[in-house]
Amino acid sequence: MLSKKKSQPPGERASWGLKLGSLAALLFLHVPIWLIFLYSFTTDESAYTFPPPSLTLKWIPQAIANPAMQEALMLSLRVAALATVMALILGTLGAAAVYRYDFFGKEAISFFLILPLALPGIVTGIAIRSAINLMQIPFSFWTIVIGHATFSVVTVYNNVLARFRRTSGTMVEASMDLGANSFQTFWHIVLPNISTALLAGAILAFSLSFDEVIVTTFTAGQQQTLPIWIFGQMLKPRNRPITNVTAMLVVLITALPILLAQRLTARSSDTEGEKS
Amino acid sequence: MSDSAVLFKNVSRHFGDVKAVDDVALEVKDGEFFSMLGPSGSGKTTCLRMIAGFDRPTSGHIYLYGQDVSNLPPYERSVNTVFQDYALFPHMTVEDNIAYGLMIKKVSRAQRMKQVDDMLDLVRLPGFGHRKPSQLSGGQRQRVALARALINHPKVLLLDEPLGALDLKLRQQMQVELKNIQQRVGITFVFVTHDQEEALTMSDRIAVFNQGKIEQVGTPAEVYEHPATSFVASFVGTSNLVSGEVAKRITGSDARFSIRPEKIHLAAPSQQMGAEMFAADGKVRDVVYLGLYTRYLVELDGGGDLVVVEQNLKTTSMDVMKVRGQKVRLFWQKDHVRYVGG
Repeated sequence: MLSKKKSQPPGERASWGLKLGSLAALLFLHVPIWLIFLYSFTTDESAYTFPPPSLTLKWIPQAIANPAMQEALMLSLRVAALATVMALILGTLGAAAVYRYDFFGKEAISFFLILPLALPGIVTGIAIRSAINLMQIPFSFWTIVIGHATFSVVTVYNNVLARFRRTSGTMVEASMDLGANSFQTFWHIVLPNISTALLAGAILAFSLSFDEVIVTTFTAGQQQTLPIWIFGQMLKPRNRPITNVTAMLVVLITALPILLAQRLTARSSDTEGEKS
Repeated sequence: MSDSAVLFKNVSRHFGDVKAVDDVALEVKDGEFFSMLGPSGSGKTTCLRMIAGFDRPTSGHIYLYGQDVSNLPPYERSVNTVFQDYALFPHMTVEDNIAYGLMIKKVSRAQRMKQVDDMLDLVRLPGFGHRKPSQLSGGQRQRVALARALINHPKVLLLDEPLGALDLKLRQQMQVELKNIQQRVGITFVFVTHDQEEALTMSDRIAVFNQGKIEQVGTPAEVYEHPATSFVASFVGTSNLVSGEVAKRITGSDARFSIRPEKIHLAAPSQQMGAEMFAADGKVRDVVYLGLYTRYLVELDGGGDLVVVEQNLKTTSMDVMKVRGQKVRLFWQKDHVRYVGG
């Protein structure tokens, strides 16, 4: 953590113009989110009036008690958890293969893995939907999970591959040299060294899956994940305060893990996995 | 057989079309400090990796104390390695790094910690057990890597250019220290380096590698004073290699020979020589003052150059610079000339 302060270039101060511009951009990005938070506490039932006539906490218990919302939340959590597990397994195996072995098409792997995430969601969504149709698989919970896993794999893959590249390759050889077999080496040496990368990748994968709308609309059957439920609610002015509370919940559930992931990766780059 | 710690019989290792190691026969004796010296890509590191078990020979056999280990995995061989980049485990303390081999062997924790303390004393790092590798300097990491290998009491310790990353002062200090530790623990050391000075300083014997083959095996003095090939003559220390017409004018034969720069003396052009000397006349083209000694490049009258090194016993930089452009006579003892093939 100390080295972070040291590594910053000394001196130079930003001009007032640059500071104001940056501030304006940040406000533009964040004010709408804070507005949602504000509206979660408004007494105004049907319309977004600003400033709110007065504030209340009554929507929070109502939103949490809403059975449709609960169902959607549970579905989203289960989908995100399973998609994350799939991303962890496939992403780690992919990263290990690309790091350790030479094979035909190795250079293209990263590109192929990032495509589902980089392409517009609508394209990924249509592609997955037609593939699922083609294989005559009924749309269900599992098709949502698979849809989410396709674009989540790359988050784990990138994190783990970067960690592999930063750690000394001779560490594995050193472990075997000291008498450890492959399993012992993985358990004592490889896993501890990639654990924070796995965690960071998993948190990102979870967040991506949790608030996904577009691909989900193409791969879901009758199910409604939380973001889709919220989207549906927008059309019903009566439930707006409840929707706002739920949206606030989504922001918290996705933002906190991302903050955590950033802290974990930042810290580990200071101390761990350093090539000596 | 039991006398040889490591024995290579017709060992080759090919990577595609590249013969990294080409039909090498080699014997390292028990308790010896043995160096494998050569430029990068000469096959010395591949040989080391085959002893450790990270690489398998394409053909031929490797024996450790009489046992054929050619196809054993690294964790079934009683050798340990000190890696070039140390390969310490960054998530473990120094103590746990050193104890790793014992932990794998399921030695009790109390027993492990006792041996770790002994090792930390041996490498002169007492009290460093609770630090992380990232809190150590390069030289300290290197000692930890050494301790981590030695704690397992390997029959042979392999060292892959372990001093390469250290600065000159520290490297020279570690050279002496490594040699001391080797003599104290009595384990066979196989040391890979591209630094000829390092090999000469520490080794009992040196194998000089070039293009996958061994050019010469011998004691440091043998390799330096009696280079078997022109490659050895030029790689170990510096040599003047003279052949063809130039050689004929000096020795009367066109056989290629090598002469070390420090064996050549500079004299006035008129100086008379005894019959035990070879002589050549020329003009000093370049003078480089290097503090401890001065290096002269002398252009011979009939073509060709010789490098001459003289210690600055009495001369100063002012004196030696005056020699530039002057005519000189070079002479050296006939028995300092080595006739080398290739």
